[in-house]
Amino acid sequence: MKREIPILITLITGVFCLIGFFVPHPLIRNFYDDIQQWVIVIVGATYVLGVANLLRINMVQVSQRSPDWPYKIVLLAGLLGMMAIGFSEGAHYSDDGSKFQWMYNRVYSPMSATMFALLAFFIASAAFRAFRIRSFEALLLAIAAFILMIGRVPIGNAIHPIIPAAADWLMEVPQNAAKRGILIGAALGVMATGIRLILGMEKTYGSGEST
Amino acid sequence: MSLASIASLDRRWIFLAVGLLVILPLAFGFHIAPVEPSPRSRGFYDAIEKLPEGSTVLLAGDYDPSTIAENYPMHLAAARHLMRRNMKIIALALYPAGPPLTDQVLHLVGEEFHKKEGIDYVNLGYKTGNELVMSSMGSSIPRTFPVDRRGIAVTQIPVMKGIQNYEQFALLVNVSAGFPGTKEWVQQVVSRYHLPMVAGVTAVSAPEYYPYLQTGQLHGLLGGMAGAAEYEALIERPALAMRGMDAQSLAHVFIALMILLGNLAFLGKQPARRA
Repeated sequence: MKREIPILITLITGVFCLIGFFVPHPLIRNFYDDIQQWVIVIVGATYVLGVANLLRINMVQVSQRSPDWPYKIVLLAGLLGMMAIGFSEGAHYSDDGSKFQWMYNRVYSPMSATMFALLAFFIASAAFRAFRIRSFEALLLAIAAFILMIGRVPIGNAIHPIIPAAADWLMEVPQNAAKRGILIGAALGVMATGIRLILGMEKTYGSGEST
Repeated sequence: MSLASIASLDRRWIFLAVGLLVILPLAFGFHIAPVEPSPRSRGFYDAIEKLPEGSTVLLAGDYDPSTIAENYPMHLAAARHLMRRNMKIIALALYPAGPPLTDQVLHLVGEEFHKKEGIDYVNLGYKTGNELVMSSMGSSIPRTFPVDRRGIAVTQIPVMKGIQNYEQFALLVNVSAGFPGTKEWVQQVVSRYHLPMVAGVTAVSAPEYYPYLQTGQLHGLLGGMAGAAEYEALIERPALAMRGMDAQSLAHVFIALMILLGNLAFLGKQPARRA
């Protein structure tokens, strides 16, 4: 029963959601909407679990003085500090000039943007050290990269209008063809996985095993 | 200096060069080349221009501060374009850290165009659930978002009057950094409710959406800061993205040169290896 009940629940809700997607009759639609609301609530609850798990793992690592434990103190201080400030301001946490907004604008936002901005430095370094043209395919990739990098910014058009035109062709023809193939393949894979889940052939969500 | 010796170049010199190439144009604002709008940016612009004045538009800002350099300028430009044309804006975010950015955009542009929160625009805030939120909004927006970001019941907000589901929107404008974002809006809303849509996305994710552009599921696409700059040129309101174009141009040229230099250094080392 431990295995059969989850499979039965998956089968019933899976088939019902499929029907609900296509049938707009109020009888089905209302229950379909209710299921969606339940799932939204469950997903929200998982955030609480996520925070609890993060706290537990990091507090254990700090208490055991595991490698890089000082960084985990920073993480815990950031998490608990933001939460404390947010809760202390109640419903006004999002008001202009609130402490939470100050933390968001002056600490979280610049740090987050900095992490992404660091990519520019590492991409330049990687371009110099790792992008080696060792084969014909690598040569094609390098030519495409050159055209796209120069053609995607105004300087490309200033050098010659053919560069952005070539960049557009690369994106709209070969790239698009490959991307479309990947999209169709992925969609078929998702459909197959969905059918396997509904029919109980895929049980990884329950037991960690697949048959 | 031989080609082989270039290979041992300390990467800190590369970091310094990238830093200078980005900081100097931003600091001194010199102008390398004019921005030419692409058909994709023009499609984005035309989709908003074609709407009757006063239409209601859904503005989804699905990003957080990590991609602020690319997404914020296009979000700002889209809000400016919409408010200039007196559109009613219903905004939301499917990224937990997204709503403050949407607030900033709407308050800043709202002040420029003398628009009032609740009357001309509203920020519904964040709701967890990703695609489920999109799907649920198709049945009932007031049920999915009972209150706005300030905690005011949507039934009490003038701009939300008559808004039940996607049927009341003329266009969906999505500013997206990834998941959940443009792809999910196309799959859950455009294909199901046939709501016209345009999207502004990060440069790295833009290629993913070209198939949707070609099929007409997306009417326009802004790719990264370059796309945002093209859009700023179209609305004739140069701002953050235009200012960043020189820095981006120089950084792109530098990276292309680095690939070339790296390979020249690699070639220089070849005979020594064979020997």
